[in-house]
Amino acid sequence: MNTLIVYPLVGIGLFCIGLYALIMQPHLLRKLLAVNIMGSGVFLVLVSLGMSNTNAQQDPVPHAMIITGIVVAISATALALVFMIKIALKTGKAELSNPEEK
Amino acid sequence: MEVFLILLPIFGGLLTFLIPKFNKSIGIITLILTLSLVISVASQLLAGGSYYHLLGGWGAPLGINLYVDGLSLVMLGLTALIATGAGIYAGKYFTHKQSLWFWPLWLFLIAGLNALFLSQDIFNFYVTLELIGLASAALTALSDTKEALRGAMRYLLVTLLGSLAYLLGVALLYHGFGSVDIVILSKRIESVPVAWAAMGLMSAGLLLKSALFPLHFWLPPAHASAPAPVSAILSALIIKASIYIQLRLWISLFLPLESFYFEIFFALLGSFAVVWGSVLALVQTRLKLLIAYSTVAQVGYLFIAFSLALGGISVAWSALVYLMLSHALAKSALFLVAGNLLHFHGHDRIVDLDRIAQRLPLSTTAFALAGVSIIGLPLSGGFIGKWFLLEASLKNNSWGITLVILLGGLLAAGYIFKVLGFTFTKAAVAQETKQIPLSMELVPLFFAIMAILLGFFATPMLALIHTGNPFGIIGATP
Repeated sequence: MNTLIVYPLVGIGLFCIGLYALIMQPHLLRKLLAVNIMGSGVFLVLVSLGMSNTNAQQDPVPHAMIITGIVVAISATALALVFMIKIALKTGKAELSNPEEK
Repeated sequence: MEVFLILLPIFGGLLTFLIPKFNKSIGIITLILTLSLVISVASQLLAGGSYYHLLGGWGAPLGINLYVDGLSLVMLGLTALIATGAGIYAGKYFTHKQSLWFWPLWLFLIAGLNALFLSQDIFNFYVTLELIGLASAALTALSDTKEALRGAMRYLLVTLLGSLAYLLGVALLYHGFGSVDIVILSKRIESVPVAWAAMGLMSAGLLLKSALFPLHFWLPPAHASAPAPVSAILSALIIKASIYIQLRLWISLFLPLESFYFEIFFALLGSFAVVWGSVLALVQTRLKLLIAYSTVAQVGYLFIAFSLALGGISVAWSALVYLMLSHALAKSALFLVAGNLLHFHGHDRIVDLDRIAQRLPLSTTAFALAGVSIIGLPLSGGFIGKWFLLEASLKNNSWGITLVILLGGLLAAGYIFKVLGFTFTKAAVAQETKQIPLSMELVPLFFAIMAILLGFFATPMLALIHTGNPFGIIGATP
């Protein structure tokens, strides 16, 4: 089997694992890590699909996209971490519990 | 010219951050300049029809194209108008400390929105979606309460999830068809599995962001706990931004994939959203939550119009854009009035409103006028939108949809009059009140009057929307 097909499949797998954890894990840090894993999965798909044109010439556009994506992911993670810390300071736990309970 | 629509707010945002002493005046001047730029873009569009702007002189496969037609122009105009109005409102609303963060974020948000409405390639849509997602999540958290932080966190996670699903779709489309430019893609796209997968992922991400039932769970807490000017722009524009992308993608890319099942799918979800959102709005006890659930219902109308338009009923496109415009104006008026009442009473419990009609007559008028447009009573922008929608549903012989539209109007009348009723009565408990600055009352009134006026100027507005034939209809005018 072509090894190039493995990478996008792994990427999709990472995306699904991240999606599952994002929905199921209550702790915010885990949710955040899950989002980052999903992001890595998407980037892996992007870069490996760019590679699978078997020409010697690499397609540079997906690389540029991934760099943009990584910048976005870093800023989003930073913002989410600030939110998480503030929530933890205000409520005592870093979770999105129901607003009904105190 | 179009480049400055993006650069100017970013530059202004940096300035407000660097010179915090004058942040309010810099911010408002930047917004007014943006508004005048939109007007000059409009004159260019009216003179020469839709046009491209090649950034740095590089063409589409390598560089980035900006594109202006009637649809992007009205969205740009709406953004500039609401941003300026809500910005003036926010000048009085926020404490000094909050305004330090508000202005840079606000102007970045406007830059992101402008960039989104000018974009013509699917990767740019992703970048701008993330820009507005980050800025608006940060703005939601500005009031720094427990609820606001939770709402902002949930909103941020949802918007990240939506963007990642969208980006995966972009990756697949790029792999399958070798471009991210919409025009180039539209010539190459075929009904093959990779296009289907990309369409599914991108639509799922965008539906999540536009809070279509049943993906609306994150909207009420975020919109209700944000500060009033931020709630206004969240409901009026941020939701519309993802719907706008959805429109652009379906019109130029996914129409070859279109089938009857999608119409049913969007019509069903839209109808559920109208009924579910309206009923939940009716039972809310807090004003801002009521308005937030009303947004869920209004998003439903937009998708009903979308499904009819996909079915080839061209008047549904006019309905869709008109509902977007009138809802944006009316809903921002409602949220700003809610902010006034919250400021006035220190709470927004509907039953405890104390003779608002006599003590804040301007705000009550604004609420009533905006309500007229939300319900869709005659001679308002909302009425024109709903009229087109009814016409489209009758043309399509979709009696179920006709029924839902009428029922939604009745329910909307229910929740608007529920609030209006309590503005006349005296509350059971005596409450302390605070003065409201005049400008905070005039801005929502202005928005509400604009929402009504939309109904009077339907013909020129529709001609403007259809400039450059954004919907690809033969014989553009309705």
